[in-house]
Amino acid sequence: MAAHTHASHADHAHGGGHHGSYLERKGGLLTTIWDWATTVDHKKIGVMYLFAILFMFFLGGVAALAVRLELFEPVRVLADGKITGQFFGPADATNINAGNNIYNRLFTLHGAIMVFMVIVPSVPASLGNFFLPIMIGAKDVAFPRLNLLSWYVYVLGSIFAVCSIILGGVDTGWTFYTPYSTTTDADHIKVVFMVLSAFILGFSSILTGLNFVVTIHKLRAPGMGWFDMPLFCWAVYSSAIIQVLATPVIGITLLLLAFERIFRIGIFDPALGGDPVLYQHFFWFYSHPVVYVMILPGMGIISEVLAVHAHKQIFGYRAIAFSSLGIAAVSFIVWGHHMFTSMSELASAVFSALTFLVAIPTAVKMFNWIVTLYKSSISINAPMLYVLAFLFLFAIGGLTGLPLGTLSTDLHLHDSYFVVAHFHYVMMGGTIMALMAGMHHWWPKMFGKAYNEKAAMLGCVIVFIGFNITFMTQFFLGTQGMPRRYASYIDEFHTLHQWSTIGSGIILIGFLIHLFVFLASLAVGRKAEQNPWGGLTLEWTIPSPPIEHNFEHEPIVKHGPYDFDSVLPPTWDPADYPVPNPSAGGRPAVAHSPEPKD
Amino acid sequence: MSTLSSSSGKSFWQRYVHASHFRSAAEEFDAVKLGFWLFLTTEVLLFGGIFCAYFIFRTLYPDAWREGSHLLDWRLGGLNTAVLLISSYTMAMSIYCVQKGYFTRAKWNLFITLLCGAAFIFIKIAYEYIPKWSVGKRPGALFDYPFAEHAQLPLWWSVYYCGTSIHAAHVLIGMVLIARVLYRTHKGYYGPTHYTMVEVTGLYWHLVDLIWIFLFPLLYLIH
Repeated sequence: MAAHTHASHADHAHGGGHHGSYLERKGGLLTTIWDWATTVDHKKIGVMYLFAILFMFFLGGVAALAVRLELFEPVRVLADGKITGQFFGPADATNINAGNNIYNRLFTLHGAIMVFMVIVPSVPASLGNFFLPIMIGAKDVAFPRLNLLSWYVYVLGSIFAVCSIILGGVDTGWTFYTPYSTTTDADHIKVVFMVLSAFILGFSSILTGLNFVVTIHKLRAPGMGWFDMPLFCWAVYSSAIIQVLATPVIGITLLLLAFERIFRIGIFDPALGGDPVLYQHFFWFYSHPVVYVMILPGMGIISEVLAVHAHKQIFGYRAIAFSSLGIAAVSFIVWGHHMFTSMSELASAVFSALTFLVAIPTAVKMFNWIVTLYKSSISINAPMLYVLAFLFLFAIGGLTGLPLGTLSTDLHLHDSYFVVAHFHYVMMGGTIMALMAGMHHWWPKMFGKAYNEKAAMLGCVIVFIGFNITFMTQFFLGTQGMPRRYASYIDEFHTLHQWSTIGSGIILIGFLIHLFVFLASLAVGRKAEQNPWGGLTLEWTIPSPPIEHNFEHEPIVKHGPYDFDSVLPPTWDPADYPVPNPSAGGRPAVAHSPEPKD
Repeated sequence: MSTLSSSSGKSFWQRYVHASHFRSAAEEFDAVKLGFWLFLTTEVLLFGGIFCAYFIFRTLYPDAWREGSHLLDWRLGGLNTAVLLISSYTMAMSIYCVQKGYFTRAKWNLFITLLCGAAFIFIKIAYEYIPKWSVGKRPGALFDYPFAEHAQLPLWWSVYYCGTSIHAAHVLIGMVLIARVLYRTHKGYYGPTHYTMVEVTGLYWHLVDLIWIFLFPLLYLIH
């Protein structure tokens, strides 16, 4: 590796080991493993998070495919008592409950893993950990050891979840609603394990969020005011605030739930005077703000990737920045829309009205992104394709949220596949698409290796098609009356369910292509340039992969993150990427680092 | 992240060098305090759930709550309040003494704080939990007190045990932190130019106090 020789030279010159690539191996295999396991380097922790999260994404994905397989055929009990169409369950079963129980466990697994172990930590803990300090010009996050601790806490929480699965799984649904979570399954320990898993993962989330808030407050480089930060930092900051303020509430809720389960304290048990709806209030007081923890960092990635690959100053920087804070603020006052059917009409109407407020900052972002794209010079590549996929899918996901927020339509749509489709459009069509955009955008920086652009684009197109086949059908299923969480259905839904299952297979193919592209990149990818896309933020001013301390000297920020019409990107080489002629717009070209590298 | 150079004859705090990703020791101190205040916010929100449950059930079952409150001895709660208030004073004094370099006084103050914490736990368990539990004043389904006047009394005990036991767990964690600070003060880790952990432990201890200051009147005094 070319960087290697350069780095070892630098070591001699400076008498320290901090100038080589952060990926440089310190010795034999055991030494390397120990080095990673005890590292306090935010980049290594980010990479460890990324792989841990992708592994859990794989587990959750397997559960999702299993759910779809079960739904390929409706379960029927024939006249002679035989059961057909049951994919999971004993072959000679005479009772459909055995199979149904497995189905309940599968969708709970899918939901719990994807929400608590994938989507919540996905962007902030992996890409956020890696790039937030670099983007603000810091050497590390404010509390590096806490950062490592949060990874171990995450792994511990995931181990609890896996133990619960091995012990037979949980059938409560990912929301652990009482009384399912307090009374079903005489075998107590499984549910307690899963609940403790979510409780432990909460600590990991709090530690990450707290770390990011302090990092952004205290460690910005000279010249980087709040409004000079890349929008990704604003988004991560907003979501970190939600993480800090909302997660403790789920902490106490799950703790009370565990007490309820173990000691039957009765707080959520109507037989003892308790109130199951109280659990729902507590749960959604956390879990609704947390859907914005899931989406806000993704939106930050979109702002970043979209501006860089459109080579244009982002439109409405402050509007996008403040809309992130706006979403964070509104997120705390809308939780009641998850319980329209268990509240008074007045409360429901108030929550419904408040819910529509979310649409305003979200739409502000959407319109600003679209205006940024207008008349820009767009490079079509995998990150940009994923951004476009995000814009399409998230628009559909957002707009279908409105009929769910409206009381009269929600009455018909709630607990149906319409809801399932809606949140998959915002969570997968939003967060996962943004994560994929960010992974492709920053992959060359993280690992110093280029990936195969054409194959990645093919993967993206296949995922996009598969996604729409899987979930667009579910909007129709929902409006036709298919309720969620059922292992079987009437014959009228057969075709749409089959299409949905076929779509999930297509998504699998798309992600397998991505897996192959990334593995190939790590194994045989050519060395990536320092600035392959022509970005202006600080991570593009340092080598790919970054050196251990990120910057040779503390950077001084002299221009905004998106001044594409007045600043030439660092290490600019016209052969590498098309940059619009700066003088065409009538503005003078102020070279940031005028000499093309090499 | 304390990086200690090897010059001899000086205490740890005199040789303390701030972590390399901060520009100065003052910036590090500010960052740690900001982070810790955020952490304290999460603690407040954690107990917020308990308080919320308390108020909801109080509204639903005012009679059971009144009965439950009468079953608690305000003198024991008051004694524990006094114990914690004294410990808060000694904790604050120990921070002041470390800042001023009065190490013997700092250690005595930390020691008294630790004793007060232990006294609180002792009173809580020996005079409150054990006598109550043994006569059947237990949470939820475990409730076995024959003289209950209201059907929801078990729920009162659920809220009482959850609130006070989670608080007691915090007292224990605080005692571990104080013991660590006491040991490290003895070893010369902290002094006028470096006392971050003493200050932060103090903040935590005051929060634990503050939560009791709310728990005490809600559980023992309001009828």
